[in-house]
Order: sequence, then C-alpha cells, then structure tokens
Amino acid sequence: MTAQAKERKLPAPSVSPETKEYWDAAAQGRLLVRKCTACGEAHHYPRTICPFCFSDKTEWITASGRGTLYSYSVMRRAPVPYAMAYVTLAEGPTMMTNIVDCDFDKLRIGQDVKLVFKPTEGGPPLPMFTPA
Amino acid sequence: MSLKGKAYIAGIYEHPTRLATDKSLAMIHAEVAKGALEDAGLTKDDVDGYFCAGDAPGLGPMSMVEYMGLKPKHFDSTDSGGSSYIVHVGHALEAIAAGKCKVALITLAGRPRAEGMATGTVPRSRGGTPAPDEPFEFPYGPTVVNMYAMCAMRHMHQYGTTSEQLAWIKVAASHHAQHNPHALLRDVVTVEDVVGSPMIADPLHRLDCCVITDGGGAIVVVAPEVAKSLKRPKVKVIGHGEWIKTQMGGKVDLTYSGAVRSGPAAFAEAGVKPSDIKYVSIYDSFTITVLMQLEDLGFAEKGQGGKLVADGNLIAGTGKLPFNTDGGGLCSNHPGNRGGLTKVLEAVRQLRGEAHPKVQVKNCDLALAHGTGGSLGSRHGSSTVILERE
Repeated sequence: MTAQAKERKLPAPSVSPETKEYWDAAAQGRLLVRKCTACGEAHHYPRTICPFCFSDKTEWITASGRGTLYSYSVMRRAPVPYAMAYVTLAEGPTMMTNIVDCDFDKLRIGQDVKLVFKPTEGGPPLPMFTPA
Repeated sequence: MSLKGKAYIAGIYEHPTRLATDKSLAMIHAEVAKGALEDAGLTKDDVDGYFCAGDAPGLGPMSMVEYMGLKPKHFDSTDSGGSSYIVHVGHALEAIAAGKCKVALITLAGRPRAEGMATGTVPRSRGGTPAPDEPFEFPYGPTVVNMYAMCAMRHMHQYGTTSEQLAWIKVAASHHAQHNPHALLRDVVTVEDVVGSPMIADPLHRLDCCVITDGGGAIVVVAPEVAKSLKRPKVKVIGHGEWIKTQMGGKVDLTYSGAVRSGPAAFAEAGVKPSDIKYVSIYDSFTITVLMQLEDLGFAEKGQGGKLVADGNLIAGTGKLPFNTDGGGLCSNHPGNRGGLTKVLEAVRQLRGEAHPKVQVKNCDLALAHGTGGSLGSRHGSSTVILERE
C-alpha cells in the first residue's frame, strides 16, 4: 500500500496581536520561535510571557527549519488523508504540524524532516514539514 | 488535610437511551437527576449542591437550576471535558467536608448521535474567542481520533506496544457488554476483529474507538449523616485527585497522561495502593487511553501496559484486573462524548453488588474510577476517585 500525500484545503489561522509577527514571518517563508532571554528556554506555541519562568523578556528567533518526527498519525478517514504530526525543532520545542509531500506509509518516528509552507484559504501559510 | 470518607455516593442513575431523538438536552438532565435522587431515596428539595459541566445547555448551572426547580446554596460548573464528573465527585467531597452542602447532585447529558455529530473524525473549532492554541493547531486538522492515535504511535515506538495488545482492551469490553441490555454494541469481538477493522487514524482501527451515543447519568454525593439515614448500600469516597496535563510549552511527551499526578494524589488520600483495588473503571475513549491510564495509575510499569491488558486480563471472572464491566465507552455508551460519569456509575454498582451477576466482582470492597477529558495528545483534564464499600 502506498499513500501519497495530496494537496488539501487548509483553513486560515486566526491572527492575534500577540502572534501577528509569527504569521507575518510565515508569509515570508520563515518559522519563528519564541525564546526567553531570562531562562534561555524556547517555547511553542509562542507567548509573550515565558511559560517556564514567567519572565516577560521573550523574543523571536528564526528557526533553522530542521527537526525530527516525534510522532504522527495518518488520518485515513478524511476526504483527503493527511498526516498529523509533532515535530521536535532543532531549537528545542515540539510543535503540532502536518507532514506533507511524501509517501505516508514510509514515515518513521525519529526521521529528519525539513520546513515547508502550505497556503491556506485567505490567510497566512502554515509551517509544515517533509522528509529531509 | 485528608478528606477520606467525608462524603458518600448515595444515588446513581444511567439513562437507558442510546439515541435520544425524542428528547431535549435539558430533559435528559432532569430525567437522570430524578433517577439518581429516587435511587438514593431523596427528593429534589433535599438537593443543596448542584454540579454540571459544559454539556449542560445555556448557562450551565443557572439554566439547569431554573429548569429543574433546584435551590442549591453551592454550585460548580468545572469543565474538564469527559473527566469533569469525576472532578465533580471530588469537588462535592470538598464542599460537603467544608459544610457548604449536604446533598450534591451531579448531572450529565448529551445527544451527539441524534444531532449527527462526527465526533471523532472532524476537526472542531470551539467558536467564539479562539483558545490561544487554536491558530497553531486547528488548521492542521487535529481530530479526537488522530490526537489519541499519535499517543499510541509513540507508545508503540518507545515501548513496543502492539495493535494486538490494544485490541485486547476492546475484546474485554465486549465480553462485558454482552450482558448489558442497554449496551450499543453487544457482540463479543476477537483480537482479529479489532485489528481487521478499517484503519481510522494510524494505528487506531474502527474498533479501537468508543461508540458515539446519546444519554446521560447522574450521581448524588451526600454527607455522612445523610448516608446513615438512607437505606442504600454505603459507598464512601476515600480519595480524589485531579490534574491538567498539557504540551508544557513545547516539551511534548505523549507517553503519559495526567493520571501520573491525579492517581497518586487519590491513592495517598485513600491510604491504599493499586494492588488493593478490586475493580477499575477506566476512561475508554480509545483502547490506548485505557492502556496509558492503567500504567500511569500504577497498575503496570510504564511501557508494560500491553502485557497487563493482553490475554483477557481485563475480563471479569477470569482476568486479574476486571475493568469497565458495563461494556464502558468502547461498547456500551459515551453520552455527550463525555465518559467520566458512567465510569463512576459502574464502580458504584460493583461496590453495591449490583453489577450484572455475570460480571460482578466477588467481595468488591474497593474500586477506582478514572477519567481523561479533552485530548490525550494535546491537553486534558485528569481525575481519579477511589471508592470503598462500608
């Protein structure tokens, strides 16, 4: 059995004042990660106040786009099957995402993946990953 | 301060319906409330505490207190999804111990089946002001089933758990459901049936998933002096714990659930250990939910849950750890997509000796009910209660 990924329609994410920069960067093909300069920890999803030390000294860093597949599940019972996933970024945090442009049946936990962006319906593009 | 034994479960009721096209949501709440109060030997006017969660229509307690004509001096609408009602038992224990009320009524109702809801397979936005996580999750298509499936996938990768081991959980539930005339699925299934059923979200098959049903249930928690005045068998609340497990700012770990915190808290309050427990009601939205919670509650070492659940070990009468003897969410019902309340109901039946004779656990004097609400793969409320027959 092969299960080649197909393009599917993606709803636009809602953008808030707190996360506008994240989505503006996505539109330019960059993935931002929020990092705390007080405790040094990066986190995801991005927040103004660090969820680890509660400092407000957080800033954006640009992710390298490299990561590894922490877990995934191919949603077979859907109009267009897709692969839900958690990817652990080289910068530390693990983020919810999709794995795209690949044969789903060849996915393996722990494999290297790289960043791609996929357009949404009327909103900024979504950061996703594909086998490296 | 331990609240061990400071409240009793005096009344329970489970709605027999599994498809409520002929009922309103409020009506089901009232029907189960009436049933549980009659079971206890109490009346509506005895109720001075009321508990409900997000399944209640309108403005929760305000709407339901008016609809049912209640006059509570204490109310609580804590919502942690399907685990809410086990949280409510704990909060009722706290309120009763603090003297805030003496007769606490907890109700649940839902009719997703009548409404044709695609409970597990369609991503859901909660509407209104989005949750802070929503823009970073919802567009990717998280559904109930694929979020639990990612936990199963990781567990298999890390510990070697197999689909066949998970299937045994459904097999055990089906052995119990055959004796429950109200169960939606009453046919006994095999491991082969489960792993041969259609794949929904890898590695979870159709038969790894719980049923979608309408229905509801209610619980009446009372002060010790009220329990003494009633004629029903006495089921004492001896331990409770709750916890919210999250993605921890991106330090995601899908191998464990919030039971790692709610379980030990409940055991410590009760002063008992897992090996003392005669019967367990374990939230069973999916087979993987059961396996992970049993590990996290201490019934198996982390990663060894597959061996615990395999080979019929969860089947009453023959297995080492009888679970969900009503058929649970996997076979009987999952009212309103919230299975925590019914977990308490079957635990109380077991302690009273009122479970079906074919599944009644002998000398059942100590039972545990545990719930997970929300999503095992992202954020969920977890609650554990330990009950003792007096």
